[in-house]
Amino acid sequence: MRDVAVVGIGMTRFGERWDKQLRDLFVEAANEALKDANMNRKEVQALFVGNFSAGSFVGQEHVAPLLADYLSLRSKPAFRIESACASSGMAFNLAYMAVASGIYDIVMVGGVEKMTDISAPEAMSVHAKAMDVEWEAFFGLTLPAAFALIARRHMIQYGTKPEQLAMVSVKNHKNATKNPLAQFQFEVTVERVLASPIVSDPLHVLDCSPVTDGAAAIILCSAELAKKYTDTPVYVLGFGTASDSIALHDRFDITTLYAVVSASRQAYKMAGIEPKNIDVAELHDNFTITEIISYEDLGLCEKGKGGLMIEEGETEIGGRIPVNPSGGLKARGNPIGATGAAQIVEIVQQLRGEAGKRQVSGAEIGMTQNIGGSGSTCVIHIFGRQRR
Amino acid sequence: MMPKSPRIWQLAERRYGLLGSKCTVCGKTYIGPRNVCPVCNSEKIETIQLPPRGTIYSYTVVHTLPAEKDNYGPYIMAIVELEDGTKLTAEIVDCDSEDVKIGMRVELAFRVIGQESEHGIIYYGYKFRPIISRT
Repeated sequence: MRDVAVVGIGMTRFGERWDKQLRDLFVEAANEALKDANMNRKEVQALFVGNFSAGSFVGQEHVAPLLADYLSLRSKPAFRIESACASSGMAFNLAYMAVASGIYDIVMVGGVEKMTDISAPEAMSVHAKAMDVEWEAFFGLTLPAAFALIARRHMIQYGTKPEQLAMVSVKNHKNATKNPLAQFQFEVTVERVLASPIVSDPLHVLDCSPVTDGAAAIILCSAELAKKYTDTPVYVLGFGTASDSIALHDRFDITTLYAVVSASRQAYKMAGIEPKNIDVAELHDNFTITEIISYEDLGLCEKGKGGLMIEEGETEIGGRIPVNPSGGLKARGNPIGATGAAQIVEIVQQLRGEAGKRQVSGAEIGMTQNIGGSGSTCVIHIFGRQRR
Repeated sequence: MMPKSPRIWQLAERRYGLLGSKCTVCGKTYIGPRNVCPVCNSEKIETIQLPPRGTIYSYTVVHTLPAEKDNYGPYIMAIVELEDGTKLTAEIVDCDSEDVKIGMRVELAFRVIGQESEHGIIYYGYKFRPIISRT
């Protein structure tokens, strides 16, 4: 297996993009990634696209060849990967393996979702398909409700407080004010989060990631070729992927995301690092509780101490390990199929030193953690400025 | 997003009767049919009657409703741990949202779950309600 580098990134503005169609969004991000890599599109050998549910959101399936067609990559192999919110994290993982194995030298990977063409309640129902439709959603469980069940248990077992959940939202909103592509570029306070309407208690609206349109794209190539395209290649140092039960009720303890534990241990081992070596991380804050549990299950803090970690400011930009400098899913936005790719775009910017006002100074090693459903999929990548 | 008629029938008996699966090798039980035990990999799975009583493991009051629950109002969803240890997801009914608690004892209540459309079929299944002490 050979080393692989990111040499190009592109991302649309995230938000309510009523002016754009799904294909327009992806082409915008992809063209930007090609430009960033100073690359002719003819050099791209294959396309890997993460997309959760174009069929439900815009009535279009078979989006991989559609996007290849509109990118003028016609005749190239094009794959669509679906793993709920982890779709483009998983797409990146397959694209990485395709280059690492030597099958392709240069591939494009990305993700796209166009969610606002249907109503918010309809979008809520589509999102619920990421869980067990027959044994959870059928009975009325929504995705926020699933994470509310998790949050309630975490509060009971570890004493985590609603204020601590709210602090995740406050931090990520603050970071998003420094990200010109973020959906919500305004700050919130703990009081405002706790006074916002309840979605599924104990989670408020401002504990939840929004409905978002957007796309992100990345160009990957073998490390040998990387310097041809950029002076600042970012290398993939390690990855881990794991699955868990589709239904939350089939887990032994719902306050631990076992797929996160497993995937992160694989990734640390492959990269030859420990959690303390990570300089910056983009974590899957689809709900505020998820970021707190992720601190714990990734080994950034002791189990049960995630609430304390946010309270003590350790994950602020400038803290011990800055988390979600982009604003995260919460404030950058969560276009489901594009979220994993957007996390990678942010980490690449951070490691290149191109993150502007939200730059984590001296970042050498970064991590992305992308979760699907209620934790049924987890995919983690570790990136570095230097090769392994 | 709700299932269409044929899919309702595929699982109707299990949902109506609270039938589960039990691995005859390791003893693990599940709601819903399975062909392979995800714990011990055995293919020796039998269908069992699950106990109609249990306790609330975790709960939430759903205020933001999915499309198919339009106008249904806030409702309580819970993971219920049945008396044999099987866990399942169900709505809690006949209970005020202020009264629901972790550890609360609940029992099976057979109810309407939803309706396919205004003139479509009505589908049924299990919900749970607090056990009222009958003195």
